[in-house]
Amino acid sequence: MRWAGGIGRRRAGLAIGLLAVLLMGGAVAVAQTAAAPAANSADRIAVLERAATQNAAAIASAQSAGDNAWMLTSAALVLLMSGPGLALFYGGLVRKKNVLATMMQTFAMMAVITVLWAVVGYSLAFGQGNAFLGGLHNVFLRGVGLAPGPYAATIPAQTFMVYQLMFAIITPALIAGAFAERMKFSSMLVFMVLWELAVYSPMAHMVWGVGGFLNATGGVVPSLDFAGGTVVHVTSGVSALVTALYLGKRLGYPQKAMPPHSVVLSFIGACLLWVGWFGFNAGSALGASGLATSAFVATHFGAAAAAIGWAGAEWIRNGKPSALGGISGAVAGLVAITPAAGFVTPMSALWIGLMAGVFCFWMVVMVKNVFGYDDSLDAFGVHGAGGTLGAILTGLFARSVINPVFGAGKATGFFEGNRMQVVHQLAGVAIAWGLAIVGTLIILFIVDKLMGLRVSEDAEREGLDLSQHGEEGYDWEAA
Amino acid sequence: MEEAEGMQKIEAVIQPSKLDAVKDALVEAGISGITIFEARGHGRQKGHTEFYRGREYAVDLLPKVKLELVVTDEMKDRAIEAIISAARTGRIGDGKIFVSRIDEAIRIRNDERGEIAL
Repeated sequence: MRWAGGIGRRRAGLAIGLLAVLLMGGAVAVAQTAAAPAANSADRIAVLERAATQNAAAIASAQSAGDNAWMLTSAALVLLMSGPGLALFYGGLVRKKNVLATMMQTFAMMAVITVLWAVVGYSLAFGQGNAFLGGLHNVFLRGVGLAPGPYAATIPAQTFMVYQLMFAIITPALIAGAFAERMKFSSMLVFMVLWELAVYSPMAHMVWGVGGFLNATGGVVPSLDFAGGTVVHVTSGVSALVTALYLGKRLGYPQKAMPPHSVVLSFIGACLLWVGWFGFNAGSALGASGLATSAFVATHFGAAAAAIGWAGAEWIRNGKPSALGGISGAVAGLVAITPAAGFVTPMSALWIGLMAGVFCFWMVVMVKNVFGYDDSLDAFGVHGAGGTLGAILTGLFARSVINPVFGAGKATGFFEGNRMQVVHQLAGVAIAWGLAIVGTLIILFIVDKLMGLRVSEDAEREGLDLSQHGEEGYDWEAA
Repeated sequence: MEEAEGMQKIEAVIQPSKLDAVKDALVEAGISGITIFEARGHGRQKGHTEFYRGREYAVDLLPKVKLELVVTDEMKDRAIEAIISAARTGRIGDGKIFVSRIDEAIRIRNDERGEIAL
């Protein structure tokens, strides 16, 4: 636009003046807002403090969300190990006439132990108590709500409780492997309830409970048991041996061949156990952390190496590697890596697995035949022996770089320089053996006197599916 | 002198892998009625050993197939010939054939009796 002279100049001046007023007004308005905080630092700090608190809460909530999601998933995975993992694994190993009864033993634990845990089992295991047993403070799950509890700062106490419940379910179910095909269902139920109260809860308390005698942090004899080598596998495996000896052999054992009626079912079950075990071991990190990753990797490596170990040993001894041997090896490796999972390096996990595969093969194929006990499904050979070996190997291979459980940089296992740890591991194992033997013998005696333990000979010949449950597993008649 | 109706029952225990060949051979020979059973057994054939948890078990009852067919006297030789030629391998385990007399044969659908019922 062309600069106009005269009247145009006056108009332009007016326009400029108006613009200046507007700009100044705007500047004043902006100055008002900018000026207020600049004039009051205390207000600014207050705002920042509020934001910091909110951010902290949001961060904690996000941490919780990640941890809780993994822990709930882990709990579901561990339950999957029982149903249908263990049910199928054991079910396939028995004769056809006992398949449902065997699966029912595991299923009954899923139902009965849940109720027992809620009423008193959890409290006895994880409630405040003494060095050997929790108290009754948490009966009926009093005080176990959605706020974090004393065991994990980022997840609801109920998540911890329900996760531990899945362990309490599968542990007694493992024992059933030893008395398969000859135990009364009613007696088994009573036995399991008493066993949970007298053996499992005390052992869990000693190893994991606040103030527990064997607790890795603060216990009198600190024992390293990441996910339950002693609590789950040694107790159930040794109790299994005791029940096998007390009940006696199956009719016809060992002259009569009693091969599995379906290795196919056992195979499926074993694979479900392998996958579910990630919840069992990696979930024992109690959060979605680097430690969970470590335990996950160690678990998988242990299973793989053990499968190779067992199958290899079988190949050499018998000339052929069997499918049953392969899957049994994997389970043995998973058992042995259970106490070690959150303490050892991946390469150590391979060694532990390999040793467990060969050792448990030897236990099941040679030692059992030498002594002649009828541990029908090798609960002792795999869980008792594998758990014992795993607990000892944990004392050798544990490293603080994986898990500084005794303090940052403090030697954890034997190879790192803590020579005493193996002794502590042996102590934990010894307590597990002792508690299992004494507790199981007393319970067996009581239940035997009250109601008898073993089915009649006729019922055993007929098969437990029919005699105990009035059912048949397979109805494959044409039409 | 001869019975009016002469009927023979042929029972043959053969290797399961030979069943299709034997069935085809019988059809070719003009024989249409047959009953098949899944069976286990052994003659002089040895079984095999299986391993379970380190123990060796002898498995000597082997899978077999048993055929039953009822034919007229005239057809008997042809049927046996068909079975043997299809089922023979020359090794132990080929099986056995048994022949016995049949007293009566009845077609359930229309009550036909005797050779017509076959």
